[in-house]
Amino acid sequence: MKIIYLQQAKVEEENNMAQVLSTMTGTVFTIEVEVGQEVKKGDVVVILESMKMEIPVEAEMDGKVASIAVKEEDFVDEGDLILTFEG
Amino acid sequence: MTNHTEEQKGYNQKLEQQLENIFAGGQPKYHEKATQQGKLFVRKRLELLFDDGEYTEDGRFANCEAGDLPADGVVTAMGKVGGQTVCVMANDSTIKAGSWGSRTVEKIIRIQETAEMHRVPLLYLVDSAGARITDQLDMFPNRRGAGRIFHNQVRLSGFIPQICVLFGPSAAGGAYIPAFCDLVIMVKGNASMYLGSPRMAEKVIGQKVSLEEMGGAEMHCSISGCGDVLAENEEEAIAEAKRYLAFFPANFTEPVPVAEAIEAKVGRTLEEIIPENQNAPFNMYEALDVLIDEGSFFEVKKKFASELITGLARINGKSVGIIANQPKAKGGVLFVDSADKGAKFINLCDAFSIPLLFLADVPGFMIGTKVEKEGIIRHGAKLIMAMSSATVPKISVVVRKAYGAGLYAMAGPAFEPDVCIALPTAQIAVMGPEAAVNAVYSNKIEAIEDLKERRAYVQQKQQEYKEEIDIYRLASEMIIDEIVKPSQLRTVLATRFELYSTKSISQPPKKHPVYPV
Repeated sequence: MKIIYLQQAKVEEENNMAQVLSTMTGTVFTIEVEVGQEVKKGDVVVILESMKMEIPVEAEMDGKVASIAVKEEDFVDEGDLILTFEG
Repeated sequence: MTNHTEEQKGYNQKLEQQLENIFAGGQPKYHEKATQQGKLFVRKRLELLFDDGEYTEDGRFANCEAGDLPADGVVTAMGKVGGQTVCVMANDSTIKAGSWGSRTVEKIIRIQETAEMHRVPLLYLVDSAGARITDQLDMFPNRRGAGRIFHNQVRLSGFIPQICVLFGPSAAGGAYIPAFCDLVIMVKGNASMYLGSPRMAEKVIGQKVSLEEMGGAEMHCSISGCGDVLAENEEEAIAEAKRYLAFFPANFTEPVPVAEAIEAKVGRTLEEIIPENQNAPFNMYEALDVLIDEGSFFEVKKKFASELITGLARINGKSVGIIANQPKAKGGVLFVDSADKGAKFINLCDAFSIPLLFLADVPGFMIGTKVEKEGIIRHGAKLIMAMSSATVPKISVVVRKAYGAGLYAMAGPAFEPDVCIALPTAQIAVMGPEAAVNAVYSNKIEAIEDLKERRAYVQQKQQEYKEEIDIYRLASEMIIDEIVKPSQLRTVLATRFELYSTKSISQPPKKHPVYPV
């Protein structure tokens, strides 16, 4: 398994699938994408709320959203799965 | 007469033969391997580093009798870089993988002593497999063994700038060379540092990982924080080392060099960059562009703990060290790693008299079980101690907000900044209005059943709170020294740093503080 270390999220690439993980402990504020949506690198996929701040989580690569693991107002810990990508 | 000339010729030939061997480095097959890896020969690296490619060298003939160990695998040199005298230690990885024998170690110790005597920066161009285990008794445990290299590094720390450029491995004990340097530049793909190699890890602890995962450049520059600058290739690494050096004096007693003043980059204004909504992110890099001379930013630890930006820059040609919260990353909240990152950077600037600029937009230190277990209090204390004990000019600017201990960490009023400046929209408080109202009135809020009524109550309390922490109120109480129009901030900073250039304060007499590490 190839692990790429990224600034905003750690993405684990396996069979061309990538995971976007929570960068911070907090709650899901808004989900900006839908399953099946094409996303470009740098697009905001989810906004978390933590420490009363909006924390945008950006896509680290181009791809298609395969699944979303959270819903709005969910509590997420740092490192929790947010969504998966097809590269 | 003829005999004498013949004799002389023989001597010269021997010298030329020796020099030829030395300059050739290791066997051709090792040069080929290095080239395949995108590595330059050690002498090529030195040519790129030094002005006009010229340098003097000591210990050139070290181990020349051995035949296959020219210069004993390390070049120790002195020359000019950007007009400034510097000393250099450079491993030759074509000779026994750049490993250390007894003369290698002695040469490194001597160049450290030279750098100390001449009070000039020392660069370590590292590309070494570590100790030659076959030679360990001659170079490992003794008084002038490898340990002395690290002892000297610590002795020189803060006295002269010490920079490590990592081109290849820096293994086991050798990994402490970068650890004790002020700055570590790592070349992507080739540079690595680790205490135990992947092969060793597999044998001793049963872990199977790649070299990159264990201690590669990208890992160290983004996860461990042991690397400061990630360079694409060797040329870029050397160029970055030169750019960094230009910010620094030769030693801590010399004045900080001043460069030609350059205008700031033309772009959006601070009013346009900073959103009205206190909770919305913005890009602090864009705000930096408004304040500093265009193209002058030298970022330290860009990929590590990116919620805090640290780097050297120039304002009107004068060097400043910048510590800025990045609301775009993790909301600009301070974490364990960002606290460490800030502490080391402040320490570096203070050691060499580089003034500090704090740009605060900080919701505070992170809370929760994860960071408490990581010792956020202990790490935060490191940052606050480094900032508090720095005696260089310190300017604190509250760009948008400074809440809780975040205000302290960013050189708030209690920490004797030369000035604490606020932009007109700035908020300073124990916590933001939403959090404060929720904390203080939570019982009352929950008691109101009608949602509309509840919202109105919360809004009213938030408004009262905002008035309580109004920036003019803080200025009236002389908590804030100055409120500045965003468009005038660069000019104000340039003027004030200029005025503060003779600052001199000292700590009460003591050996040293007790570091909260």
